[in-house]
Amino acid sequence: MSPVEQSACVVGVGTTEWGSFPDTDAHGLGIQAFKGALEDAGVGATDIDGLITSRIPSYTQFADATGIDPSFTVALPAEGRQSGVAIGLAKSLIDSHQCDVVALVYGNNGRSQRVYYGGGDEAFSAWGFTSPGAQHALLLRQHMHRYGTTPDQLAEVAITFRHHASLNPSAVMREPITRQDYHSSRFIVEPLHLFDYCLINDGGVCLIITRQERARDLRGTPVRILGYGQAASLTGSPFYPNDFFYPALQRVAKQTYEQCGVGKEDLDALMIYDNFSPTVLFTLEGFGFCAPGESAEWIQEGTLRLGGKYPTNTSGGHLSESYMQGWALNVEAVRQVRGDASGRQVPDCRTVQYMAATPISSSVIYGRES
Amino acid sequence: MNPNMWPRPDITLWSRPFWDGVRRHELIAQRCIHCGQLRYPPGPTCNRCLSDRHDWTRLTGEGQVQSWVVFHQVYWNELATEVPYNVALIRLAEDVLFISNLVGVDHAEVHMGMPVRVVFDDVDDDLTVPRFAPTEPSTQASTR
Repeated sequence: MSPVEQSACVVGVGTTEWGSFPDTDAHGLGIQAFKGALEDAGVGATDIDGLITSRIPSYTQFADATGIDPSFTVALPAEGRQSGVAIGLAKSLIDSHQCDVVALVYGNNGRSQRVYYGGGDEAFSAWGFTSPGAQHALLLRQHMHRYGTTPDQLAEVAITFRHHASLNPSAVMREPITRQDYHSSRFIVEPLHLFDYCLINDGGVCLIITRQERARDLRGTPVRILGYGQAASLTGSPFYPNDFFYPALQRVAKQTYEQCGVGKEDLDALMIYDNFSPTVLFTLEGFGFCAPGESAEWIQEGTLRLGGKYPTNTSGGHLSESYMQGWALNVEAVRQVRGDASGRQVPDCRTVQYMAATPISSSVIYGRES
Repeated sequence: MNPNMWPRPDITLWSRPFWDGVRRHELIAQRCIHCGQLRYPPGPTCNRCLSDRHDWTRLTGEGQVQSWVVFHQVYWNELATEVPYNVALIRLAEDVLFISNLVGVDHAEVHMGMPVRVVFDDVDDDLTVPRFAPTEPSTQASTR
């Protein structure tokens, strides 16, 4: 069987609405997304022979509720870095023939449960230091000092993704924002403004991954995983790295591009993990879209906007659609390649790259069935 | 600054000597006996040579501001009266990174590379917290 037929592909996706849903919980949301993905793919729960969960509070409860007993089961931590990890793991399970149909399930009810990021019992609590946002604010300050990045330039990220969200009926925040809106929005952890932060919401996301040969028998439109890469920046991780994750991002870039022979010029859209707006800058620089320090200027001409050279986070991303910890960005990549992103479709979208710059950085390149 | 409102530190098996040292007004860090690497926050192992043998060495308390932020968001209810407060990333003279608050300086005066020195805040009978003050004269006096 040729390598192409062995290729892992996403054959089903499922997403719930985003918002506040106190009448359900993370299990209910994950199950809803799971059922949606099964329907999309045209498989039954009993076809699932691999299960990877993230932020589902109990994988045992999930499997019991859905009646599945996979050949490979694992629950990953609730961090956003794990979405990329999960997809890489699923690809490995498919490539190694350990599994044929893997379900990746994410469920989050942080908004209705008022579970916020920060304020717990942590390493630097005595000084009032908490939250990933604060870590990224420290990095942004350094980026501004080292490279001259300005808040006015950074505003372009939030403004662009909000524009994309205005085209997406599922997005939570859809009102366009101006530069004035951005500058006058309150500081959360200065220099980061409200509009630089991802939106906490309830929601569920599921991807179903199989091999291309199997996908041909199924209803869902398969989207191939052409390449994958992962690298950690965990040493010294109590302090976020003052090299903005560049060494790890460069390793991930090399691994991902070389695996599939895709170059940046082949990319039709990007999905960049935007927990905070400066992370988008670090990602673009780390992956080599532009030199370190040059991304803020590079994006000013509408580079990341629909119609621009690299339409990015076409759903509105974490900043304006909702923060689903990378999961919904990967679904948006699949929808774009399928031609299913109505209202915000990138014309003739064949190849999309997802990238995440975090203490475990990762990337997935999606492409059309060959 | 009203120190009594601040969250108490998470004192662990590994960090207890650090907090005892701070109580004595000493800023100390673990030093690997095998290779000499300093480490902070305190932990079980040297990540350069994997030795678990360490002692504690006193630091000068001098450093430079490598970055800083100002918290406007209230993450602990007790800090509602303290916002906006600053937190700085400080590179100590021994090349150890440290997170702490800057005292005796307005937020607007903080700058990259600003030289600072540790001050020991005796919060109450049980707790002292190390914070940092600028070692340069201030252009605007502040008694924050």
